[in-house]
Amino acid sequence: MLSVSRLTKRFGGFTAVNEVSFELARGEILGLIGPNGSGKSTTFNLIAGALAPSAGSIRLQGREIVGEPANRIAHHGVARTFQIPRPFRRLSVVENVALAAYYGQQERPSRENAFAQAREALALVNLPAEDSARVDGLGAAGLKKLELARALATRPQLLLADESLGGLDETEMHQAADMLAAIRAQRGITIIWVEHIMGALMRIVDRCLVLDHGEVIAQGPPQEVAHDPKVIEVYLGSDAEDVQATVAARTG
Amino acid sequence: MNKARWIGLALLAAAPLAGMGDYPLHLIILCLLWAFVYTGWAVMGRLGMVSLGHGAFLGVGAYVVVMGWNHFHISPWLGLPLALAATAALAFLIGYPCFRFKIVGHYFALVTLALSEVVRLIIIALRDYTGGSLGVTPKTALAKASWSLSAMQFSSKLVWFYVILMVWLAGLWIWTRVDRSMSRLALEAISQEEDAAASIGMSVTRLKLGVTMVSALMTCVGGVLYAQYQLYVNPESVSGIGISLQMVFGAIAGGMFVRLGPTVGAVFTLLLAEGLRLTIGHDIHGLDATIYGLMLVLFIIFMPKGILGAAIEAYEKRRRAPRVAPA
Ligand SMILES: Nc1ncnc2c1ncn2[C@@H]1O[C@H](COP(=O)(O)OP(=O)(O)OP(=O)(O)O)[C@@H](O)[C@H]1O
Ligand SMILES: [Mg+2]
Repeated sequence: MLSVSRLTKRFGGFTAVNEVSFELARGEILGLIGPNGSGKSTTFNLIAGALAPSAGSIRLQGREIVGEPANRIAHHGVARTFQIPRPFRRLSVVENVALAAYYGQQERPSRENAFAQAREALALVNLPAEDSARVDGLGAAGLKKLELARALATRPQLLLADESLGGLDETEMHQAADMLAAIRAQRGITIIWVEHIMGALMRIVDRCLVLDHGEVIAQGPPQEVAHDPKVIEVYLGSDAEDVQATVAARTG
Repeated sequence: MNKARWIGLALLAAAPLAGMGDYPLHLIILCLLWAFVYTGWAVMGRLGMVSLGHGAFLGVGAYVVVMGWNHFHISPWLGLPLALAATAALAFLIGYPCFRFKIVGHYFALVTLALSEVVRLIIIALRDYTGGSLGVTPKTALAKASWSLSAMQFSSKLVWFYVILMVWLAGLWIWTRVDRSMSRLALEAISQEEDAAASIGMSVTRLKLGVTMVSALMTCVGGVLYAQYQLYVNPESVSGIGISLQMVFGAIAGGMFVRLGPTVGAVFTLLLAEGLRLTIGHDIHGLDATIYGLMLVLFIIFMPKGILGAAIEAYEKRRRAPRVAPA
């Protein structure tokens, strides 16, 4: 599905992403984790075409997508959410999502269908779909959901979800995690999920990729990664035992 | 509301038949013509693309048609599509790189400002053909007749009134079509969060070019009509900074987010210009441009929705208020 090879991004003399390589199979959920500033969002920006890589290759279903603009990559079936939500504030909630349904799919639906699909996507994430719903009325959690609904409305094959849960409470968080798993199950979407809340992430991902200073320091199934001394040292720290318990509860 | 609209239109259409003088009729015609041009500007201006270069399109419209007629005997009816083609090419030339390389806001305004000045300077530089700053008159076809269809010249103001009334209505129709289109939503999204818009598949460049074309072509038509109606153009009146600023002023002062806003702006601008002419006269060169500039700043700060936009807002607030009170 996705094959990233020696992907590198330099900002001036600073290397934010350094020779990152990984493969992703269709229908997989990959957890992309690592400390703050380790290059996770930058990796997303590179895959989604928001930034051009300094070197490396990104193949989506065998096709090289490096160099293509973000809007074309969206048409190839890649959708992403932004870590800091970027809603269209002066448009209504439905309009925000309808634009994604209208412009984001390979075959453009009619205006009416775009709005109908937008309402479906909003229902999926539990957001109000009335015409009168405004972006200003949404809290932090609502904005995260809107990001997700907007991305889903493009009917992607690959979803890049960047910290969708920060700001949600415990139950909402688990609901959202279950929702990603359900979306994967229903639509067969492949997902890369960036998340600092390990309790939620480790419960549903198939595999983890751990970045530190832009480099891959570990990758593998959650139980392996949670016990990896390097990962514990740079990232999990004192939470390691909780994370290991989460993983154990899941496999057990 | 709808009824009031038709009655208003009927009154406007019948007004000249009541036998008003030539001068008031002339003012109404100019008002409608500028209303059409400002409406064209607002089509893109309201979507965050503030162009200070629309004088370029006005100038191309006016001069291509007049030059074609004077030097090559091309009927303005043929000159019109030529002018439109030239305008489209120019709009593409300036728009494509700007939109492709994300030149927005102040930078976009500056680039377009340069464009309108370049067109003005070119018109002046080609003075052997264009008459330079003195301006030019289309060769008259009215020596023996009071009108010539093929030359698009009519001495009757009444004819011009109805022609320009239709064009103004067409302009409002285009404005409405754009307003209700998915492209309008998309461009609002782009003007707020360009990266997010691209991430959901919008081709920012193509969408922006689309409305820019509509806006530029409308302005070009305005330039053609202006030249044919006035039967005289000069570089100052149809290109350069002055007229470009006036378009921005008219659209913003009237209210660029509502359909009749630019029209209100045209009335306001005309009253202002007449007022200035009567009180100060033509003596102090550049004073009117200074006053426009100053007032534009005031409008942007204190009344960003313009006269009509603010009026509608106040009206709706009053209408809603009683419903809230008892609760
Ligand atoms: N446009 C940019 N210009 C310069 N430096 C940048 C740019 N974008 C990101 N960086 C730097 O690259 C590094 C990686 O940033 P990135 O946002 O990818 O981290 P992250 O893993 O997403 O972190 P977090 O967990 O805090 O979201 C950081 O040091 C950041 O300051
Ligand atoms: Mg990040």
